[in-house]
Amino acid sequence: MGRLYFNLTEAGRACVLSGNEACARGAIEAGVRVVSSYPGSPSVQILECLAAVSHERDIYSEWSINEKVALEVAAAGSFSGMRSLCVMKADGLNVAMDFLTTLPLSGIGGGLVLIVSDDPGAHSSVKEEDTRYLAPVAHVPLLEPSSPQEALEMTRWAFEISERSRLPVMIRLVTRICHARATLVLGEIHKGMGKPSIPEKAKFVTAARFHALSHKKLDYVKDLFEQSSFNSYEGPFDADLTVIASGVSFHYTIEAIELLGLEQSVGIFHLGTIWPLPEKKVLSVFVHSKKVLFLEEIEPFVEDQVRILAAGHTRELAETAFYGKRSGDVPWVMKSRGMGEMDPDIALEALSRVTGKPIIRRAPPIKEREAEGAGEELPVRLPSLCAGCPHRASYWAIKTALCLDGRGGFALGDIGCYALGVLPTGYETIRTVHSMGSGIGIAGGLGKLKNMGLTQPIVAVIGDSTFYHAGIPPLINAKINSSNFLCIILDNDTTAMTGHQPHPGSGLNAMGQPSAAVPIAQVLKGLDISFVVADPYRVRETADVILKLLREDGLKVLILKRECALKAGKRFGGIRVYVDEEKCIGDSCGCDRYCSRVFSCPANIWDEEKGKASIDEVLCVGCGVCAELCPQGAIIVTREGEVNESSL
Amino acid sequence: MNLAYDPSNIIVSGVGGQGNILASDLISRALCAAGCFVSVGETYGATQRGGSVVSHIRVSRKRAYGPLIPLGQGHMIIGFEPLEVYRILKEYGNEDVRVVMNDRPFYPLDVLKKKSVYPARDELLDKIFRISSHISVVKATELAAQAGNAQAQNVVMVGAFAGINWMPVDKSLFLEAIEETFSGEKLAINRRAFDMGYAAVADSS
Repeated sequence: MGRLYFNLTEAGRACVLSGNEACARGAIEAGVRVVSSYPGSPSVQILECLAAVSHERDIYSEWSINEKVALEVAAAGSFSGMRSLCVMKADGLNVAMDFLTTLPLSGIGGGLVLIVSDDPGAHSSVKEEDTRYLAPVAHVPLLEPSSPQEALEMTRWAFEISERSRLPVMIRLVTRICHARATLVLGEIHKGMGKPSIPEKAKFVTAARFHALSHKKLDYVKDLFEQSSFNSYEGPFDADLTVIASGVSFHYTIEAIELLGLEQSVGIFHLGTIWPLPEKKVLSVFVHSKKVLFLEEIEPFVEDQVRILAAGHTRELAETAFYGKRSGDVPWVMKSRGMGEMDPDIALEALSRVTGKPIIRRAPPIKEREAEGAGEELPVRLPSLCAGCPHRASYWAIKTALCLDGRGGFALGDIGCYALGVLPTGYETIRTVHSMGSGIGIAGGLGKLKNMGLTQPIVAVIGDSTFYHAGIPPLINAKINSSNFLCIILDNDTTAMTGHQPHPGSGLNAMGQPSAAVPIAQVLKGLDISFVVADPYRVRETADVILKLLREDGLKVLILKRECALKAGKRFGGIRVYVDEEKCIGDSCGCDRYCSRVFSCPANIWDEEKGKASIDEVLCVGCGVCAELCPQGAIIVTREGEVNESSL
Repeated sequence: MNLAYDPSNIIVSGVGGQGNILASDLISRALCAAGCFVSVGETYGATQRGGSVVSHIRVSRKRAYGPLIPLGQGHMIIGFEPLEVYRILKEYGNEDVRVVMNDRPFYPLDVLKKKSVYPARDELLDKIFRISSHISVVKATELAAQAGNAQAQNVVMVGAFAGINWMPVDKSLFLEAIEETFSGEKLAINRRAFDMGYAAVADSS
């Protein structure tokens, strides 16, 4: 990890931290004692940071099996009086939601903070869910920082609010906070106090009769929010327009105002305490101007809250005009893989549209110029499985077996790197992707339809970490209901997508210490489900095994076991893969570039000058799968001291 | 120190797996140590698996800016891959932007699958030159291999960025950032990689 700036003792020191590191720092400053999480981008590093200093700071940190259990572990810390933190991505909150909705009713002990990361633009998610809507559902107060500095300060403050209100407090992060880094100033560290103990006669019981009490607690929080310095107005007293900006959009707004030169006529109200809305504070905005523009990420949540508030003040606000996503003045722009992300240019466009002030750029972007080449299309760079990724070999084997079987088999996917199986890099093998574990659940349903005449073989593909997280209940469901499909577990011995966190089969805890492991094979034995294990790198053999399993009836499980190539790295050390230029006959082969075009590992490149296949030895990790596939046997794998070994 | 532009907008562009994030981290720490406000926005995620990876670094004497650079407002591009440099220039380039880049192509899947054609090297360099004011080409992968590991091309590029001296930051601050990041043999390799990148541009700045 290098030097851990987030763990420095000196208060007042300026350094550059990511939003994730800043949250970890805020928790350390608040004296957090218990931290739990299930890895999910973009907020994975928060727990990693705290786990790295767990011993030194006397913190218990764990990677839990899923987000619901993680929140239960953090709640346990809180019930025993310890400040506790739970971290998850937006999708994970859906899993934990059932438990979260009970906590305002049961009450808590020590400060309990829940950090949830949304992913506007869906950079590393299958959807862009706006978590803010779930805060009112759960009756949980919600904060949203606009920068790493604020992420640090809000995390620290959230523990205090939680203890004063006896409610869990939620912090919403977005990708542009988590994965941003910025200069910030460290605060003072308060060591977590005391020994965990459950007060005598303490009860934490969920009962609907406490509903009124949770509303009272929220009213109390609303009063605290009215006083909070995280909400502030900056701008002229009589502004033509006020922008209500929350989250990272606050910074885009400042920049857009600067670029348009509107400092004298446009004000910004920065809303940091999102829900419950500090109504008096928000109403004070309308003293400054009669026009309000909303800039926020994903859905128009704040815009709707303020419009509802305004509906109760129609007399005073009769002439106020609202501009935002609802009015169509803030455009939805497709970026990355979603349309919910804001940026300085969208802010600029919205502000220019509402004020009528034209955008003058220092230099217009090339794509807007009439210049030559403005309309040219560059080769797209779709995400691709890494060189040597065992999933590529697995998909090759699955696709081959489904084709040979010839009954139009249907493969279902799940959440992880192998979700790339919907793309060309995984030969578009999988045809469903939903939520954690859903592939097996749906396959179980499809497998029952065979009794009604469904003739296609069904294959559910799931990764190891996802299997533990939410794959076991649907597998039991399939077993007890006598469903009929093949479940393939891609076991690469890690949670790869989020950066190699351990999982229940790894035998390592979050701190990197040895711990008890529950291997997948043991789980299957306990469930009395028979299974086969194969090595995806032996791609022909594996395809044969799959073909055989497809033709058997009942619930079958295949474990394709091979360590993640990124994790294994160059552990194959000493292995060299290269093309024998005598044997490769180039485009006259008839294989139509089987290695680079069809197998399409990034390390299998084509040397246009020589007209022959080639290996990019910087990328190649030496898995040797392409050597097994080349019809000419032209790809050679050698170990140190050996020559011409054609496969591993 | 004075900045030619405030904020100065630097873009590090590459492909997943090339070590963009580490490079932008080293640069941002050096700039912070030089007393600037630094903000960095990283675009990666699922796309780290072979997709385009971009880091926006914003440097100011006034305040910490937001993490994203407005279109057309780039000042310096540190490119790990030529096609990605051109892609970035089309959005963020202008007549004044300066480029330091590794010219080794990393072929997209679409090219390997023969669905599209990777532009010829000279054609691509010419396009890049037409929408920038200066290009320095560094054989970063080859230099990194000489330093001990081809993967250290990102640190060669950090060295080149330091050596080209577009930002008024002392070399020692980059070295400090490298020294607190690596240890043992990795430190030795990355120090060599940095020095080789630094020396490679010494004549062209």
